[in-house]
Amino acid sequence: MAGKTLYEKIWDQHVVRDNGDGTALLYIDRQLVHEVTSPQAFEGLRIAGRKLWRVDANLATPDHNVPTTDRSKGIEDPISRLQVETLDQNCTDFGVTEFKMDDIRQGIVHVIGPEQGATLPGMTVVCGDSHTSTHGAFGALAHGIGTSEVEHVMATQCLVQAKSKTMLVSVNGKVNAGITAKDIVLAIIGEIGTAGGTGYAIEFGGDAIRALSMEGRMTVCNMAIEAGARAGMVAVDQKTIDFVKGRPYSPKEDQWEQAVKAWNELHSDADASFDTIVNIDAANIKPQVTWGTSPEMVVGINSKVPDPANEKDAVKREGMIAALKYMGLTANTPMNEIEVDKVFIGSCTNSRIEDIRAAAEVAKGRKVASNIKLAMVVPGSGLIKQQAEKEGLDKILIEAGFEWREPGCSMCLAMNADRLEPQERCASTSNRNFEGRQGQGGRTHLVSPAMAAAAAVTGHFIDVQDM
Amino acid sequence: MEKFISLKAIVAPMDRPNVDTDAIIPKQFLKSIKRTGFGPNLFDEWRYLDHGEPGMDNAKRQLNEDFVLNQPRYHGAQILLARENFGCGSSREHAPWALLDYGFRVVIAPSFADIFYSNSFKNGILLIKLETGVIDNLFNDVAATEGYELIIDLETQIITKPDGSTVKFDVDEFRKHRLLNGLDDIGLTLQHTDDIKAYEQRRRTEAPWLF
Ligand code: SF4
Repeated sequence: MAGKTLYEKIWDQHVVRDNGDGTALLYIDRQLVHEVTSPQAFEGLRIAGRKLWRVDANLATPDHNVPTTDRSKGIEDPISRLQVETLDQNCTDFGVTEFKMDDIRQGIVHVIGPEQGATLPGMTVVCGDSHTSTHGAFGALAHGIGTSEVEHVMATQCLVQAKSKTMLVSVNGKVNAGITAKDIVLAIIGEIGTAGGTGYAIEFGGDAIRALSMEGRMTVCNMAIEAGARAGMVAVDQKTIDFVKGRPYSPKEDQWEQAVKAWNELHSDADASFDTIVNIDAANIKPQVTWGTSPEMVVGINSKVPDPANEKDAVKREGMIAALKYMGLTANTPMNEIEVDKVFIGSCTNSRIEDIRAAAEVAKGRKVASNIKLAMVVPGSGLIKQQAEKEGLDKILIEAGFEWREPGCSMCLAMNADRLEPQERCASTSNRNFEGRQGQGGRTHLVSPAMAAAAAVTGHFIDVQDM
Repeated sequence: MEKFISLKAIVAPMDRPNVDTDAIIPKQFLKSIKRTGFGPNLFDEWRYLDHGEPGMDNAKRQLNEDFVLNQPRYHGAQILLARENFGCGSSREHAPWALLDYGFRVVIAPSFADIFYSNSFKNGILLIKLETGVIDNLFNDVAATEGYELIIDLETQIITKPDGSTVKFDVDEFRKHRLLNGLDDIGLTLQHTDDIKAYEQRRRTEAPWLF
């Protein structure tokens, strides 16, 4: 019998029932809940007089709408406030554990799941948010779902799912000094395109992925969705197990051995076959900067803004011309001559302790350049903020001229008060550079935390390796 | 989802083709955190003379007296008689939510937009497609008789008019089964409760740390 991929192993372990029509009823071990996509799900339960199937499988926190400045004043915008208050009320009514806005454990759902050990290897994890793929870094099967599916999981602990195709993206060899997980994943998206993973669950493998910390693997899996794949995953190894150990929701002493034994099976078998395999040479990856309005519009920092005239495909060419117009860029401009107005370090892609350390390392002893209107650092959770403060990173950043904020999604999607003004240019560590994503008319360039900090202190994009 | 077995109710006529979902419930109401409460804003732009926004006190707004649902003779209507391509436009599930919240359980039309069609059945609204000629007759009957009522029986798939004459209608077997039993997607999955429980029991031994 042929071996199984990691995806197939987890899938098989979670089939409750084969529906016989290409779909299966799949059991869900963990649902993470936030304020934007849950209110109608809770209300649906209420209307139908239903309860949660398994209350303890759910964990909630508000993140999209929370202010990142002084929280004692509450939320100013009435719609944002209502969403957060509704989450609080729903969690109270249905008995769901919630880390509220003033709880030190509050943060971006995709940050707090792993931080609490609520995301474990081999689990199926869902959340009403597309970046749920993040949790795949633990050898879990994790993906985003819509509001009606959120309600379905709440009521039944299951989802009706069709099996995905499997893709292995193997990043071979060693990356150069200064190359981060963000650069790796942007390079992958640049290679396979934003639709390259559509219909697939991607497993990221190869030496360069194995060499990443758990934080780095989360960054890579987080952006699997930007490559079109609903789920991204990395096989379990000792790093995974070490990370998980001792967290509040991790298996307790008496179950630990049994769990580790099961987790050690969570990798694709040597003779497993994937529907598609993509090989990438790690040594060729440069620090990445996006130049357009889609994550696949990305180049190395040492390159120039691409010229649509060199694009043969007419549709792509039009897309490039439109993107350059929106971004206010001229073809063939060296990337390191592009000046920025704002810098955002945060989001579920890059707001973990390692990211903040990387930013602080660049910022240390330097000052935010005079042309920068705002450089902000938004930790992914209250606990990360606390840890960073313990390490003195906040002082380094504040000293350099960065603003040090409260945890949340913040300027990743500008649902709260943090946003770009029209035509403002931002070096951002988030995951989407779509038109208007960070504020109407705002221009987003996706980069790693170190590259964002380097842009903040020089006022323009620059190869962090040259600093 | 509420079962639908049979219904005797007043019919309101919506005599225009291509009624889209933005007309059924305008986009400014989508910011709501609820799936109920859309009823007062059903057909908002036609129903009121001013521009509606969420949070307004609808009781204080000026009604468009000419709009059909504002005419006293159609108060309490639960059956909507419509023209072709009803429910076209954006896929918002708020459209059936608004119809349902207002009180409609049945819409009769010559044709419906696809997504609206499946969204409506999922939410417990019965959509009935009839020949244009039959629809024309119904529009005439409704206009001629104040308090015009129809009896709609899903089990037998028969519509009975006030004079006792009947019209047969088609409905997909699976959708009929779901409506008769009040089964939404969740209800269907809950038919497999035993399988889910058996799975959980097995997993509690295999992977107890997950529970
Ligand atoms: S940080 Fe951004 S991408 Fe992540 S969950 Fe929040 S809004 Fe979504």
